[in-house]
Amino acid sequence: MLAVVGTAPDLSLDLTLGRVTLEGGNIVISGCSIPVNRGTPALIGAAFQTLTVFGKTEITGFLAGDTGLGQGSRKIYHHLVHESLLPDIQTLVFHYLQPDVDWHNRILFRIDDMENRPVLIADAGFMYAAKMSGQARSYDLFTPDAGELAFLADETAPHPFYTRGFILHTDNKVPDLVQRAYDHGNAARYLLVKGARDYIMDGTGLLSFVDGPSAEAMEAIGGTGDTLTGIVSALIQTGMKIPEAAHTAARINRLAGFNAAPTPATQILDIIAQIPKAAETVLKEGN
Amino acid sequence: MLKFSLFKRKKISGRDAGSEIGLGILIFEHTSEVIQAEKLLRSEGWDIKVMGPPPEIQTGCDLVIRFPLIEQLNILRLLEGSGIQPLRTVPVTGPLLKPVDLFQVKDFGDFLMVRAANMKLTIEKKTQRIVNISGGGCPDVPFLAYEMVGKTLSESPRPLDIGHTLCGYALGLAFEEMQKQCSQL
Repeated sequence: MLAVVGTAPDLSLDLTLGRVTLEGGNIVISGCSIPVNRGTPALIGAAFQTLTVFGKTEITGFLAGDTGLGQGSRKIYHHLVHESLLPDIQTLVFHYLQPDVDWHNRILFRIDDMENRPVLIADAGFMYAAKMSGQARSYDLFTPDAGELAFLADETAPHPFYTRGFILHTDNKVPDLVQRAYDHGNAARYLLVKGARDYIMDGTGLLSFVDGPSAEAMEAIGGTGDTLTGIVSALIQTGMKIPEAAHTAARINRLAGFNAAPTPATQILDIIAQIPKAAETVLKEGN
Repeated sequence: MLKFSLFKRKKISGRDAGSEIGLGILIFEHTSEVIQAEKLLRSEGWDIKVMGPPPEIQTGCDLVIRFPLIEQLNILRLLEGSGIQPLRTVPVTGPLLKPVDLFQVKDFGDFLMVRAANMKLTIEKKTQRIVNISGGGCPDVPFLAYEMVGKTLSESPRPLDIGHTLCGYALGLAFEEMQKQCSQL
């Protein structure tokens, strides 16, 4: 089973667990309907759309409302540490959560106790906490964008907001920053770096890259990183190896974006709607 | 009173990470309290600076306010009078992290995007309407996007007023830079 842990910007959403579906422009979990615009609902929407191509859409959500003060995140953290994790999770994704090193470490200890350790994926706030805790190597995949990669590469930065200018500089090449992140133990086993060119790398270097189709406007559209993380998580859940899943996901995300004829004003839901067709095309063509 | 006023406006700019003797930091529970305190202290003329905390007190999403230690009582009195209570104050004993101060501006023709740290804000030039917010990873980013996208820069709430995290703070910087950029269009 694929499990996604994250938050939604709705304080009326208490800690909610259960199977998540996508219905129109909303994800639905335990009777609660949450609009898909960006963040964790966008990740779940993209994962759901990808899994429909494989005829299986089982996703479990661990969600709570949080608008930045960390209330919902702490409810989720408390649940994961003190309640039993579902035993049949094969792929576990952590997403928009308030970065908190102490809670992060307690959750990681809890996961280490699981009989069958799931594939661990982190993006957004939980990736920040994973890096800051010094435990990045415990993860199987991070999905940073260029700015977040610079943060991973800066061994002193506890948050992207503090990335030093000489590392953040756009002249720095992605492979160099990836190497720096690995040198300091601040990267997961694999990295999928999203940007004008998407890089799939590990500690040995570049595994593959994807640079087409290309739509410059994608950079401005909120949620395109969330959809990429959702797609790759879904593909890993189908049994695909991580490097292949990352390469395929990058192609699907780009094609879905391209097919939406995007402008900088395009909303992520328009791209999510294109994912099944793009996935079918890419899977048919093969890597 | 005059002396107090002069003290308040005594410049500390020009100090760098290696000369922080005599400085302290105010530590708050939430970044949103830092933002409120910064706004209040600046409006009263204090020359303070928002910085990153030292490693021993980092939790993952923090800002602190650097201030001249000699003014601790006056500053605390002002904050407490406004209901903004820091968790504690400590002297600066080592270099503090500096927030990102680089902006990247990208022109898409009809649209303009400003990036500050990990946050990007895009507007339609003709209407100055916010069309997208991207980047970031803290839970107030989707909330801020919900509150701001579709509104013009003048209609939109300011991220520094409603944000709670470092991502919200970075978006606030991008918002202010976008206002500057638009004033030159």
